[in-house]
Amino acid sequence: MATDIRNSTPVTAHTTTGKVRPHQTQNEALVFEKSAPGKCAYKMPPLDVPAVDPAELLGDAHREALGLLPELSEIEIIRHFTRLSTWNYAIDLGMYPLGSCTMKYNPRVNEVVARIAGFAEAHPYRPSSHAQGGMEIIEQLQRCLLEITGMDAITLQPAAGAHGEFTGILLTRAWHESQGNPRRKVLIPDSAHGTNPATAAICGYQIENLKSNSDGGIDLGALARQVDFDTAALMLTNPSTLGVFENQIHKIADILHDKGALLYMDGANMNALVGKVRPGDFGVDVMHLNLHKTFSTPHGGGGPGAGPVACKAFLEPFLPIPVLVRNEDGTRHWDYDRPHSVGRVRAFYGNTGMFIRALAYILANGPDGLRQTTEDAVLNANYIRKKLEDLYELPYNTPSMHEVVFSDKRQAAHGVKTGDIAKRLIDYGFHPYTVSFPLIVQGALMIEPTESESVEELDLFIAAMRSIAREAEENPELVKTAPHSTRVSRLDEVQAARKPVLRWKPRENPHS
Amino acid sequence: MRYLPKSPDERRRMLAEIGASSIDDLFAVIPPEYRLNRDLLVPRQLAESEILDYFHRAARRNSVGYYSFLGAGAYRHYRPVIIDSLVQRGEFLTSYTPYQAEITQGTLQAIFEFQTMIAELTGMDVANASMYDGSTGTAEAVMMAIRVTGRRKAVVARTVHPEYREVLATYTKYQDLPTTLAPYDRQTGRVDLAALEAEVTEETAAILVQSPNFFGVIEDIPTIAAIAHAKGALLIVAITEPVSLGIVRPPIEADIVAMEAQSFGVALSYGGPFCGVIAAKEQYVRQMPGRLVGQTTDRDGYRGFVLTLATREQHIRREKATSNICTNQALVALMATIFLTVYGKEGMRELAEHNLAKAAYAAKTLSAQRGARLVFNGAPRFNEFVLDTEESPELWTPRLLDVNIAGGVPLKRWYPELGNATLWCATEVVTREHIEAAARVIAVGPAEVWRH
Repeated sequence: MATDIRNSTPVTAHTTTGKVRPHQTQNEALVFEKSAPGKCAYKMPPLDVPAVDPAELLGDAHREALGLLPELSEIEIIRHFTRLSTWNYAIDLGMYPLGSCTMKYNPRVNEVVARIAGFAEAHPYRPSSHAQGGMEIIEQLQRCLLEITGMDAITLQPAAGAHGEFTGILLTRAWHESQGNPRRKVLIPDSAHGTNPATAAICGYQIENLKSNSDGGIDLGALARQVDFDTAALMLTNPSTLGVFENQIHKIADILHDKGALLYMDGANMNALVGKVRPGDFGVDVMHLNLHKTFSTPHGGGGPGAGPVACKAFLEPFLPIPVLVRNEDGTRHWDYDRPHSVGRVRAFYGNTGMFIRALAYILANGPDGLRQTTEDAVLNANYIRKKLEDLYELPYNTPSMHEVVFSDKRQAAHGVKTGDIAKRLIDYGFHPYTVSFPLIVQGALMIEPTESESVEELDLFIAAMRSIAREAEENPELVKTAPHSTRVSRLDEVQAARKPVLRWKPRENPHS
Repeated sequence: MRYLPKSPDERRRMLAEIGASSIDDLFAVIPPEYRLNRDLLVPRQLAESEILDYFHRAARRNSVGYYSFLGAGAYRHYRPVIIDSLVQRGEFLTSYTPYQAEITQGTLQAIFEFQTMIAELTGMDVANASMYDGSTGTAEAVMMAIRVTGRRKAVVARTVHPEYREVLATYTKYQDLPTTLAPYDRQTGRVDLAALEAEVTEETAAILVQSPNFFGVIEDIPTIAAIAHAKGALLIVAITEPVSLGIVRPPIEADIVAMEAQSFGVALSYGGPFCGVIAAKEQYVRQMPGRLVGQTTDRDGYRGFVLTLATREQHIRREKATSNICTNQALVALMATIFLTVYGKEGMRELAEHNLAKAAYAAKTLSAQRGARLVFNGAPRFNEFVLDTEESPELWTPRLLDVNIAGGVPLKRWYPELGNATLWCATEVVTREHIEAAARVIAVGPAEVWRH
């Protein structure tokens, strides 16, 4: 029973197109289904203090039954999670061209240094005299990120990009309030990430949509008409989600600043800019970075990340508490006495383990490596564009930076959509690109190769995309039913949402 | 640069294929006045050996080898070795959010197991795939309660972690959400039930308490739930020390549980990355923030897992989303899942019992020293307790550090009325030897005061 992963009789006869089903590594059950009473994977040392009677100490608060936690031996746990891991695609296996996500190589030395005992075992409330090494890392990373962005002040506290956006818009609001009026609305281009409008809403702002121009960029005329003294900020991604640099950026900043509004930059696409141009130099007032994108900290299946927020000096008084400051003797401490601060956005100081990794990445690169990285990222995207633009529709002809966005217009004529092409790409050994985003492109294919791909890997990807374009014309069904080589075929998302099963439950013998 | 897989010749060839004469052509779109025509002022490129050396030197300026009684929302527990072996597999480490389900079943199944274990431990029906940490999870739980009830007030116990309360204040600042604080009982350290009841009205969306609370005291959850439900409000229980759930009755009467799962095999790492999680009763699932993994079948009828109920999320709902969260703490949630699998049903109980015993012994031993006493009595505790000393902690803290012991956290910063009180934590890794050593140091001060 434990290894039977079928919920019901297959609706179609099982074919041999997928992974070989009988192989035990493909049939790993849930950890609960592998459990048996009395197995264990732990051993506590002998208790060196008097034992206590929990029922007596805890009274009514004593827990009688612990529910359905599994009981397994160590080797079974190793095999369980190792088998699961093999069902994942990963950067370590091949190209992962998810646009906007910057799936670059995650250096292994980063993992080693983050686990050094002096950092890993540091409690956040240890006296600052015993945390100087960690503070030194934080200070050094702050200094590097300020230099890279051209900004004046920074907080590393936000735990992810969206959390950074939240912090950045809080700074914006606090500054406007200090000027006597928080203002009412935030402008967001229709090409923006969904986190932008969600963030502005949490900060109490109305969202006003800004329509892109025919190049997919900011329409200066529309911007000038929409910005008024009720506008708190424009949230701009630059390069845009189309991978296009806003070459009128200085005019955008001027239009905003003339009305007292701020320019917020979503730094999701910073991998196109590092070492080549600095947001602080082109008029950005406040921005966030994604250490898990540009600065190589691993995505880990969805997190953790880190979303530092850098700003110009006039926003510095509003940074979240605490702020790291240097004492006269060269040591450092956390300053909580900041009356204008927006407050805390997270307990303690941020995802410190990510700071260590990001700094290791910067040190491994140096100024020359950081610039070369950016150049290679842009080179790779343009190479893909050049090699695919005869088969895939380019909705905008503007120059690409670190990512290129096609549309499925030509393939859709054969009934093959961007989502189908993406699934077929899996059969060729690649992770799909970002599907159907940005929203301003009908049927978007958003491809960000990053600098981590060799010519060989790029050529294989290009060959796969060209082959799929041919299949879309000659055998569209093959593409529409992809993937054919994976352990599971396309999964029924409608069923998952209609009758959500969000946890395992035993089929019979409910636990006591 | 060793991470870049191209030779100079390959770069030239690629530029030629693109039809660019130099790499600068590809950056021509950037207005010349903004181009950075110099090196960034960051340290020069370091060899791997130099990187290791740099961080090892910095780490030595963080003290190591200390025995710690520090808790207060971040706990030192033993971390089984296989956690790091497994989470460093590249297939977990270097994978993205599992949007492409067919090639991320490993991550998806592991999250489904995490959701199940958290639901089992907390006594809730469902749990999400993780939040940034316990503090942001708690703030998001309060906002969730607002959406569920359509009411706009919250009552927060003063015994909730002070930094969690600060984060909540930041999150709700522009949500038109007044919160009132409920005081604690000076005898027991529990939330003052009469005061709490007086604060709750028909306009209250939720009561927020923490259990074990910031003082380490276990709250009377059934009674607090009754107070909340009598007025149609929800009860949110925050948990910062989830190892307690191995022996402490779960808050089954709560509507939402917001938890920090760092104790489950996650390094302290100076406060992050940790792993928040929100669990709730089933009827509230559509108001939950964050990602959820659900079970389904593929076309051949085989079981598989997908991200589900995404219509709550920002990439679909934009400004109407339940939260702006996107990136979460997935790899840390995987650590917690492996930890819970290693300890399992029996291990979690035994682990919790060891914590209970160590803390009971530490509380008894330390409070028996002259000039020292336990501040709160009469309510059960788990692995933390509040100690008052006649001598200021500013005096005994350096003496303890001299013998490689980090003592309790001074509470005056958040609770000025508690004077010299400090919050101590004794987990399973604290030894009797160090408890007794700490007691000897604490005893020295008042003894000298006595003599003179």
